[in-house]
Order: sequence, then structure tokens, then C-alpha cells
Amino acid sequence: MKRFSLSVRSLLRKPGRTAALALLTAFLALAVFGGSVVVLSLRNGLNSLEARLGADIILVPSEAQSKVSFQNMFLQGTTGAFYMDASVLDKALEVNGVEKAAPQTFLASLKADCCSVKIQVIGIDPETDFTVQPWISRSLARELGNMDVAVGCKVEAGVGEIIRIYDQRCKVVAQLESTGTGLDTAVYCSMDTMNALLKAAEDKGVSHKIESGDQVISAVYVKVRDGYSIDTVNSQLTGRLRKVTAVRTRSMLTGVSDSLAGISRTVTALIVAVWALALVILLLAYALIIRERNREFAVLRLIGASRRMLSGMVLTESALCGLLGGLAGTGLAALALFPFAQLIESALNLPYLMPDAGTALLLAAGTVLLTVMVAALSSMAAACRLSRVDPGTALREGT
Amino acid sequence: MNLNAEGLSKQYPRKTGTANYFYAVNPLDLAVRSGEVAVLTGRSGSGKTTLLNMLAGLLRPSEGTVRLDGVDLYALSDNDLSRLRSEKTGVVPQGGSVIDTLTVLENILLPAQLYGRALPVDAAQQWLERLGLAPLRDVRAAGLSGGERRRVAIARALAQDPVLIFADEPTGDLDDENTRLVLSAFRACAHENGQAVFIVTHESDALQYADRVYRMESGQLSEA
Repeated sequence: MKRFSLSVRSLLRKPGRTAALALLTAFLALAVFGGSVVVLSLRNGLNSLEARLGADIILVPSEAQSKVSFQNMFLQGTTGAFYMDASVLDKALEVNGVEKAAPQTFLASLKADCCSVKIQVIGIDPETDFTVQPWISRSLARELGNMDVAVGCKVEAGVGEIIRIYDQRCKVVAQLESTGTGLDTAVYCSMDTMNALLKAAEDKGVSHKIESGDQVISAVYVKVRDGYSIDTVNSQLTGRLRKVTAVRTRSMLTGVSDSLAGISRTVTALIVAVWALALVILLLAYALIIRERNREFAVLRLIGASRRMLSGMVLTESALCGLLGGLAGTGLAALALFPFAQLIESALNLPYLMPDAGTALLLAAGTVLLTVMVAALSSMAAACRLSRVDPGTALREGT
Repeated sequence: MNLNAEGLSKQYPRKTGTANYFYAVNPLDLAVRSGEVAVLTGRSGSGKTTLLNMLAGLLRPSEGTVRLDGVDLYALSDNDLSRLRSEKTGVVPQGGSVIDTLTVLENILLPAQLYGRALPVDAAQQWLERLGLAPLRDVRAAGLSGGERRRVAIARALAQDPVLIFADEPTGDLDDENTRLVLSAFRACAHENGQAVFIVTHESDALQYADRVYRMESGQLSEA
């Protein structure tokens, strides 16, 4: 029987005490792992949204902002459509400082007999698109063909299935990776497909006509060349294009970013509060436990255990409690967070993208390690105090 | 083996934080010899246990030295003193001193196991039988009576085959038969194995087993 098993037996002898200490450390692990996963998921969501938007400026018809909240469209997948003349794209490309510009056309399908589901359809030009196309390319090696669609991860349609949009049969050729944003509920197609869908929608009585022509787009995504001021380019675009509003993507994300910062602060404050409370309780608990076991430790000293051995045994016991609690707390947090990610996303009303398995495992391992260390450290003071006393004095006090 | 105490004393403060001290053990010289049973008697609170603890390397004296074969115990580091305690001394303290989570046999083997020494299983078995504990060998110590626990502590001290045996009121919880058994065992250790035995007791029964008797009164040691 080694010293380690002496520690294990001591824990098993008092299952209630061990469980209470493990429960306390489980709360620590739950707070750290749970809080970190939520904050990380929100950051991932924001980063993903930024990456998906990919542009510095988005040009939309001036009337668009009165029709639909841009933020809601991207964050919650609210359907909406607005149109402008396709010539806006060429005019935008002529502005000094514009590196890339790509059009997108939106169409909101109906939850009616004509359509399988109510979704936002987004037409892109695969040749010029720099926001959605790189994302599609990860799931589809070729370009989107005529009447092909790529669907977001939350659209309930598998690859190979046919979905009907305004009675047009569209074949699902790819399901895209999660972004944690409203973009996950959209369907993507080429401009040719979009034109066919627009026509079908018009036939169904949903009019998209605008004054200036037949070729319509909903937005132009603009990437500003390095070295140019986004504000300056934004002003130039606004000055040059009539009835078009230039929206800075950063300003669109400011609200999201602010909410995220607020939630992060709240979660961090909660974690700190839980830790402070648990640390105080752990310190007191270990002080009491060591006091209660004074006699036992004195006996170990008189049969030859050194101070270092004794401290080692106390640290091993507390570390084992920490390990037990850390695993339980992390496991509990994982059970509460991972299966209910969508529910949390809806409750928070923010982009929410859970970390991948590797990151989550790393985070879990880090949390358990931290819990073990904190549990061991909180017993350290009591162990040091214990080892300072002569065995003879401890025997007398512990009688 | 020679254990020599020179100018050994222990002072305690009367009130914490003041410089008002009293002597629990007045300065004394003492030699504990191999092959002898030394018995220290005296009233409760006379300083017997304090002296035993200082001699056993368990309590740092206020003044003086305790040398085992020339080695000053309290000049050693904690690690070295602990190892020395484990290898050379067997202590039976007052009150219960077994680890409740372990079985009787595990308690007896524990001192050797702490340092990874060869386990004195045969010696343990022999002492278990001699002290009437053999049937309890694999019983968890938590379930033992006071007298059984005391005998386990004695078996633990003796099974390590130490050169020095210290026992503080070793027969306090024992009936007459077991008292005789234990005191005979101590005498056999001294007379047959050449070990040094130092017993603190206020029971007169122990005196007939003693080769040397000391008396302690108000911290003052005298040889009877």
C-alpha cells in the first residue's frame, strides 16, 4: 500500500465529506467551463459573422433600411428582399479605393403551397463573390449549376433532395458548415437560378419590379483596398450612387459586439463571484478537516512521516477531490450546453457558434487542471500549518 | 546504541504572547541504555510525556541536546529526523494511535511502507500472535476496542525492530492479563534483543519489570 492509496482510503472513509468537497469544486468547474463555452461561442459567432460578411461596406437600396432590419436579416435569418438596378455594381467598381465588389440578390420564399419552407434565398455571382463563395467552396468542389442550391446547416434538406421554391424544383447540392448566424437558415444559388426564381415569384404575384430595369440585385458587397480609408470610400460611394445607402459592416456589428461584451462581462463577473465564494469555503473546509484529523497526522509523524510526506498526502487528497469535482462539473456543463446550443442561441438572440470538439476538449482539460490546482492550493495553507507543529505537540492537541 | 540527553529542558509560556515561561521539564541529563527497561513514573502533569517526546525526537526542546549514537537529533533536517524516527525508534503514544482506514496488519506495516523498506510481515505476524491480535489481523482498525487499538500500536512499534522503544502509558487501556503480556514483551525486547525500552507510566505494576526507575515531579527528574 503506497502513500497514494492511503490518501484514496482516507477519501473513501468519509464519503460525505469527499462528496461535499467534490461538489464544491464541481461548481467551480461548471462556472469556468460553462461560462467559457458560452463566451467562446458568442465570440465564434461574431467572428463567423464578420468572416461571412467579409466586406467593409454593403450597398443597399435606400428604401431597404425602412423595409427590414439588416442586423436581423443576418443574425436571426429574418427573411426580406429589396432591389436596385444591377448597374450599381459597375458604378461602385469605378470608385477609387474599391478593391472588390460583388452583387447578391435576395428573395424571401413563402410558407405556402408553392414552397417547401419559408427561407431567405440568396443569389450570388460565383466568379466575383468573395463573401459566400469561399464558404460554399468548402462544401462543394464545383460552382453552383442551374437550379442547384447550397443550403445552410439549419435548413432541413439533405444533399440530393429537391426543394420547391415558388414551384421551381431546386436540387440541394451542398449543405454548408455552421456559422452560428442567420446565414445558416438561408439557401444559396447562382444568379441565373435567382433570375428564374424571381420570375417564378412574379408569376405567383410577388412583384420585384423596379423602375430602372429588369436586371436587379439586392446588395453590393464592397472590399476596400489596403491603404484606403473605409470612411472616405464610403463617402465617395454615397456621393456617387443615388438612392443607395452605404452601410459599414462594422457599424452593423457594433450592436452585436456591444451585447457580446455585456454578456462576457456578466459571465466573467459570475465566474469570479463563484470562484471567490468557493475558494473561501474550500479554505475554511480544509482548515476544519485538517484540524479534525490532527491526531491522525500526528500519528503519521510519530511513525516517521516527514512534513513533506504529510503535505504530499493532504495535497493528493485535495487534488483527487478537485479532479473528481472538475470532471463532474465539466461533464455537467457539457451536458447542459452542447445538446441545447440552439435553445441558448435563441435565448441570447446573438450569433452563437459552439467551439469545435478539439477546442472544447482542450477547454475541458484546462478547466479540470485548474480545478485540481485550486483544490490542491486551497489545502496548502492548512497543510503548511499542520507541518509546522511538532508531532509531540500535535499528539497532545489531538488527544 | 547510546541515547544521551544533556541539559535537556522544555519551557512553555504561561500566557500566549508574554515572556512569562515555566519549565515543564527542568534541565536534566539522562542516558537510555540498550538492554534495559527504564520506567519513568510521576503524577499527571509532572512532565513525563514531554520528556518522552523530546527523547523520541518528537518535540523540540527549549534547551539541551538529545544525541543518538552521537547524532544530535534536533540538528537534523525534518526529513532526516523523520527517517531516523522511522528506522530506529518505535513509539507508543498515549491514547489511540492507529489509522482507522487501515487494517490491523496494514497499520503495523505502515512505518516500513512509508519509506519503501522491506515489509516486516513475519515480525508483524509474530507480534500479532504474541499480543493476542492474530484473529484481528485483517480487521479494519476503526472497529477495534480501546485495548485492541493500544496493542496494535504496541505491535506496530515492536515489529519494526527498533533500537529504541518509547511507550507512554502503554497499559492504560489494558486488563491485568494484557498488561502482563505487554510488559513482558517489553522486557523481552530489552533483555533478549538488546533494545532500549523507555516506559512512562503511573501504574506501579510496571515497576517490577524495570531495570531502572526514574521519578518525575514538577519537571524535576530523579532516579529512584
